[in-house]
Amino acid sequence: MDKLNFIYPEIFISLSIMFLLILGVFKKKSSNLIISLSVITLIGTLILIFGYPMNTNLDLFNGSYKIDYMSSYMKILTILSGIFVLITSSKFLKIYKLFNIEYPILILCSILGMMVMISSNDLIVFYIGLELQSLSLYVLAAFNRDQIKSSEAGLKYFVLSALSSGLLLYGCSLIYGFSGTTNFDQISILMNNDQYGLTFGIVFILVGLAFKISAVPFHMWAPDVYEGSPTSVTLFFAVAPKVAALTVIIRFLYVPFVNVIDQWQLIIIFLSIASMIFGAVAAIGQKNLKRLIAYSSIGHMGYALAGLCVGTNQGIQSSVLYISIYLVMNLGFFSCLFMLKRNNTYFENIDDLSGLSKNHPLISLSLMIILFSLAGIPPLAGFFAKFYIFKAVLDQSMYYLAIIGLLTTVIAAFYYLRIIKIMYFDLEKEKYDKDYNLGLKLTLTLSTTLILFYFIYPSKLLNIVSQINII
Amino acid sequence: MDFPILSSIILLPSIGSLFLFFIKGSEGKSLQTIKYVALFVTITNFFISIYLWYLFDETSSNFQFIEDKEWLDGFINYKVGIDGISILFIILTTFITPLCVLSVNNSIKSRLKDFLIAILLMESLMIGVFCSLDLIIFYLFFEGGLIPMFLIIGIWGGERRVYSAFKFFLYTLFGSVLMLVAIIVIYLTYGTTDITKLYEIGINANFQNLLWLAFFSSFAVKTPMWPVHTWLPDAHVEAPTAGSVLLAAILLKMAGYGFIRFSIGLFPIASEFFTPLIYFLSLVAIIYTSFVALMQEDMKKLIAYSSVAHMGYVTLGIFTNTQQGLEGSIVQMISHGLVSAALFLSVGVLYDRTHSRLIKTYGGLVSVMPKYSILLMIFTLSALGLPGTSGFVGEFLILMGAFRDNFLVATIACFGVILGAAYMLWLYKRVIFGKLNNKDLLKIDDLNKSEILVLSIIALPTLFYGFYPEPLLNTVEVSVNNLIDTYNYNLVSFGANNG
Repeated sequence: MDKLNFIYPEIFISLSIMFLLILGVFKKKSSNLIISLSVITLIGTLILIFGYPMNTNLDLFNGSYKIDYMSSYMKILTILSGIFVLITSSKFLKIYKLFNIEYPILILCSILGMMVMISSNDLIVFYIGLELQSLSLYVLAAFNRDQIKSSEAGLKYFVLSALSSGLLLYGCSLIYGFSGTTNFDQISILMNNDQYGLTFGIVFILVGLAFKISAVPFHMWAPDVYEGSPTSVTLFFAVAPKVAALTVIIRFLYVPFVNVIDQWQLIIIFLSIASMIFGAVAAIGQKNLKRLIAYSSIGHMGYALAGLCVGTNQGIQSSVLYISIYLVMNLGFFSCLFMLKRNNTYFENIDDLSGLSKNHPLISLSLMIILFSLAGIPPLAGFFAKFYIFKAVLDQSMYYLAIIGLLTTVIAAFYYLRIIKIMYFDLEKEKYDKDYNLGLKLTLTLSTTLILFYFIYPSKLLNIVSQINII
Repeated sequence: MDFPILSSIILLPSIGSLFLFFIKGSEGKSLQTIKYVALFVTITNFFISIYLWYLFDETSSNFQFIEDKEWLDGFINYKVGIDGISILFIILTTFITPLCVLSVNNSIKSRLKDFLIAILLMESLMIGVFCSLDLIIFYLFFEGGLIPMFLIIGIWGGERRVYSAFKFFLYTLFGSVLMLVAIIVIYLTYGTTDITKLYEIGINANFQNLLWLAFFSSFAVKTPMWPVHTWLPDAHVEAPTAGSVLLAAILLKMAGYGFIRFSIGLFPIASEFFTPLIYFLSLVAIIYTSFVALMQEDMKKLIAYSSVAHMGYVTLGIFTNTQQGLEGSIVQMISHGLVSAALFLSVGVLYDRTHSRLIKTYGGLVSVMPKYSILLMIFTLSALGLPGTSGFVGEFLILMGAFRDNFLVATIACFGVILGAAYMLWLYKRVIFGKLNNKDLLKIDDLNKSEILVLSIIALPTLFYGFYPEPLLNTVEVSVNNLIDTYNYNLVSFGANNG
């Protein structure tokens, strides 16, 4: 077990969770302390990940746990999103009286689950990670338990997610039954091409995973859960689980089943096109910003999947890059939402943004930049994200996919423009409170700057991502 | 490589807008500071671009002042450079922008700072379009312009501004995404998006038609060509004066420039193949929109439709592929840039005074606004292409080129000249002459000093280049010749291979 040091991050985060739980129980009114300690834990985990070289390529525990460049990169993304979720949301939680010790601990638990998912190279390990993160997320969705919408969101998410987990597990058992192993590497060796059981297994697992990233037609939960959950949880929903699930999809499709790409490629293409179109069209009529961002994230997952269906390393890299930029944009968007507070109530309808640019020029400027970037207008970061995806897609001569994708960006541009219109062209309403805390300001500034000035030096992120080689 | 003069022309307005961003306050004195800073930046930029013209070597057909820096590692380079065609558009841009800044005095009542920031950013992006020698860089500048323009129309526009802003944005975005696909395909096939390299390699004749159509979809919307021109009247009518000026004078020229640089330059065989299509659409634009313009009751709308007709001449001239036609198109674009800017400013002058753009509000203005009447006459005559104005030079050369290429097309296009004269003169007659029936008009003042300044500054080159177009023609001549030679060479070698 001399390689144990490579899972120090996971060990550290588990120990911290237990310690924080005990601390929370014995020390009264320790929420503030625990939330700070959780942030410190996450930072510590980050440092531990940076402790070993990024380009290690290791199999641990009989090949069931993989540490490679992609897993490290995705873990860093997850942890960073966790940190930003914690530092932006403390004020929100205090106002809605949700500032309990459970909140940061549950977030830590689900991040631990995601880290296990990201590194998993085995069906069982992957399932354990998935369940750890899902269980924490069920509770988080229903965290505002006195509010009926939040409870409804939690319940809805639980029921549907449990169903999808069931399907997923059934798929795992089929694959095990037909190949005789649960290890990703060995499946690819033992697999026989003409076994229908395996194909069914792939389909079931893909259904389960598509549910987790809310790709159409498994998206039904997303708008309700996004709307019902407390905003800080919605932010977490919008970023972290998607990063983890996308990693699993990449590893699952490209390690054991890369040779049967013709079996699953069409499924991913369908998921991608359906998500892009549905995400663009359904968001047009929305009035609630959280619902809108739910549909928008469905559309964005469609683009990320478009990168995955091409079957090349370049495609995978473009997807990873897409999800990274998507994460930054969402963090920025939600920071703006956290700033819409008046008299201890948060506002989340599109109309509440009316005339925001008059009273709060800086917030509306940032939000505008983020929205244009979400719409994929050059020269903002969102454009480059889409650009790489379409480059990878066109490289495999999948013209129809690229053209459909680009046309949906035009449709999607409409609803982003509508928000901008309301902020800039409409009459102003009452002012909002201006007592933002430091974390919020930091997150918004950081994300806006990254989005706005990404074009000056776009090679950096591309270079990092281009070291992910799965095939 | 010595001083990066092109990058500094591109960046200077952006830096200026950054300065504006940090100027606090929106009352009295700081408002003045904001205006002066913007004016200073744009005028400086104008002088730099004039200096650039002075440095420019007119005898060489190569791209000059090339800057080539690594941007996306080993994939796309930031490459800018100019030839005889682009330099004129750069000067047009830097010439018109200070006038926009000067014209805000009366027309923009709220959020002056934001407006000037948007105008300056717009200038940066537009100059970038004319300089870029890489397809991706071109696309970035070309599309980036949507954001400030959307805001300019939407925030400071008239009553139906929201509708117009959306229409403008979605139309142009829709046109451009197909161009993006084409650009990526070009990159994947040839491994580069560098225009000069692509000129050397030459695009495979089998691809050209599809790629041409993809580029065409973008440029046709932006030109705008019939039948996708409908966004233009809306956008023009609702945009504030300075916005209309930018839109008409420079934004529309991006597409004309794109046709010359990309459609003709990169896809000669497809261009030849699609010439009848372009001719047809241009003729429809010239004749049909002239009739539409004739019936307009709103002055801005009339000028907007006349822009469509004028751009019809431009596309017609470009695709004649004769030296006269191409040079005429370029001169016509420059001239239209000046004249339409002046016409919109003139309408703006009236609108600021009476808040009406309807023609029937006016009549007999000559007795209350004599100076205005004189200046407007110069621009009206130039718009209809009277000899001695820059409009004539462009239209004449285009028609000459057209006659060399296709007699029938040229004959039909000539009727457009008559129609153009009809709607412009009728507009002038109804606004300036006749009896002064509307009593409110008695109270309005003639032009004030800054308005006279702005309009005369535009009138000068309009008349000067009408009498003496040599400087313009000399600048573009070598580049245009080179373009046509390459074009013909491609056609001949393609013909040799296929028959």
